[in-house]
Amino acid sequence: MKFGKVLFAAAAATAMTTAAQAGTLDDIKARGELQCGVATPLPGFAAPNAENVWEGLDVDVCRAVAAAVFGDPMKVKITPTTSKERFTVLQSGEIDMLARNTTWTLSRDVNLGFEFVGVNYYDGQGFLVNKSLGVSSATELDGASVCVQTGTTTELNLADYFRAQGMKYETVPVATAEEGAKVYDEGRCDVYTTDASGLYSLRSTLSAPDEQIVLPEIISKEPLGPLVRHGDQQWGDIARWTLNAMIIAEELGITSANIDEMASSTNPSVLRLIGAEGNMGEQLGLDAKWAYNVVKNVGNYGESFKRNLTDTLNIERGINAQWKDGGLLYAPPMR
Amino acid sequence: MSAETAQNARGSGGASLFSDQRFRSLFFQALVIGLLGAFLVFIVFNTAHNIEKRGIQTGFAFLDTAAGYDIAISPFMEYTATHTHGRVFLVGLLNTLMVSFLGIIAATFLGVFLGVLRLSPNWLVSRVVYWYVEFTRNVPLLLQILLWYAIFLGLPAVKQSISLFNDTVILNKRGLIVPEPLPGDGFMLVPIALAIAVVASIFFARWARKTQAATGKIYPVFMTNTALIIGLPLLAFAVTGFPLDFAYAELKGFNFKGGVVIKPEFTALWFALSLYTAAFISETVRAGIQSVSHGQTEASEALGLRPSWTMRLIVLPQALRVIIPPMTSQYLNLTKNSSLAVAIGYPDIVQSFGGVTLNQTGQAIEVIFITMLVYLTISLLISAFMNWYNNRVSLVER
Repeated sequence: MKFGKVLFAAAAATAMTTAAQAGTLDDIKARGELQCGVATPLPGFAAPNAENVWEGLDVDVCRAVAAAVFGDPMKVKITPTTSKERFTVLQSGEIDMLARNTTWTLSRDVNLGFEFVGVNYYDGQGFLVNKSLGVSSATELDGASVCVQTGTTTELNLADYFRAQGMKYETVPVATAEEGAKVYDEGRCDVYTTDASGLYSLRSTLSAPDEQIVLPEIISKEPLGPLVRHGDQQWGDIARWTLNAMIIAEELGITSANIDEMASSTNPSVLRLIGAEGNMGEQLGLDAKWAYNVVKNVGNYGESFKRNLTDTLNIERGINAQWKDGGLLYAPPMR
Repeated sequence: MSAETAQNARGSGGASLFSDQRFRSLFFQALVIGLLGAFLVFIVFNTAHNIEKRGIQTGFAFLDTAAGYDIAISPFMEYTATHTHGRVFLVGLLNTLMVSFLGIIAATFLGVFLGVLRLSPNWLVSRVVYWYVEFTRNVPLLLQILLWYAIFLGLPAVKQSISLFNDTVILNKRGLIVPEPLPGDGFMLVPIALAIAVVASIFFARWARKTQAATGKIYPVFMTNTALIIGLPLLAFAVTGFPLDFAYAELKGFNFKGGVVIKPEFTALWFALSLYTAAFISETVRAGIQSVSHGQTEASEALGLRPSWTMRLIVLPQALRVIIPPMTSQYLNLTKNSSLAVAIGYPDIVQSFGGVTLNQTGQAIEVIFITMLVYLTISLLISAFMNWYNNRVSLVER
């Protein structure tokens, strides 16, 4: 059985070489584009526009990372993923990062082998119902049929909430937000539940958006953020600080429109961000103007939020405002 | 192994050995097996390595943790969100078995019926069946499932439900709600009576066949047994004083409470699977019947057998030989196609265990492995049963 042993060793060796990751950053540079997973169309967060170009708050994170790496926000291949397949796609290395309104939880961070790099939208789960039902609070939902996207934290929160309230419900599982909108529109369920942002987005796609209301109860914390595979810290740092750069830029008042005038700024924080001072880019393994490219091409967080959520879906900043304005956005200092 | 063998062989026998056909075939077989083995070893190692590298936890411990999510359909066992993922597996498995079993039954009856109609001398009947078969089997099953689901969702809303039979049966887009039977004291006697009747009719049929072989006297077996199987349980039901109540559904709040709800997800899947597979089965049945030479029928008529006997004793036994093997494939197809349930959210094993549990726990390899094993087991069991039945009906050559 000598040959068997040789074979065994050879196979093992091949396995090592194929699996041993070169740095993710090097792979992306060699490929010439970033591969980024987003939601199946969810207006405001990730959806193709009339010219078939993907846009949205989550897509902007992808574009920002592409801008940081290549200086070009279009060098990114957008992959729409369902809630079910998103993690497998990231684990298997088919995409480099996932920006898909995904809730940061302990088990996803630890058990699934991922690393959440921050929060780009603080959300909470809510309920959407038709006005004609005459419901004004989630506590009146006993016995209702509830549409919910499968494989999400939403599904677990829903079960928890109704159990805690001592209420019964019928679960109607749907695979994507689009399918959910269709089934809800048909009247298969009385209630649609998902993160509040998703509800506003979904409402815009329904046949009679004005007939629907979002109930006041928010039943969970849903910090949504981009994530990468565990194990490549450098790549995780790049994704984390790209998001932070967008948030810091807003805090410092740097926008895509005025960033070119910022070279004459006397504020060292501003100069560090645009790469005129310090070696932030070098530390990350990127160009010195990485953050400049992000803000110049994609805009700061506030611009992205306004463009994707406020202008089209009427979503207010709310708790997603900067910490100075009473919100939760608080990026660590870039120094 | 192969490389060494080749080396040794060449050393002793020279180049001429390779032109020996027996050696050559052995060599190539060994080569293929070796490569296949190497490929499998590679896959296992590569997977294990990648799992370790990415820090993904493995193992089957997740089966004992609470699932935390609800499942809409679980007719055979209690299930709530506090039950484990292991329980989810059972619920999903039973849902798969339920829709497959009912699908196979419905597809078989409908398929045989359509197959016979297709051979009808009536032009209209045979044309209608022809178009039904051509339409159904040439449209992808997934579309048919979605079509049926859309049709059921097109039914009236809850508040405008259709009431049938004096408000006892209710139909709306959330399902068909029928009264729930509540058996009272002494109801157990009814199934017992049914069991006795079935056993008795089997014995009667055997006795009648033996008597016919010995004396030539014919008894009305079918009529007697039908009367027995229906009559005896009814008698038991009457004697115990009709101990059966029904819980009727009532509209309360958003939905009807009480009664048994047959959900549109189940019905759509069941209809689509049955109708789709029935089209294939009907063609198999038609081919089977047509494979029996017309001379057989004529000979049977010449002997003076009744038409129904000709079908039952002459044509069908010979047709079954041809029908059974492709029928097995259709049953296997139906069972595996039931996994399309995921498209409309019917909680079969793929949707619940293979989908939601996979996603909530992230244990993709374990979950997919178990799910594959389930389909393999079900398919092998169906095959085994059909092979056994095929051996029974196949032509015994003397």
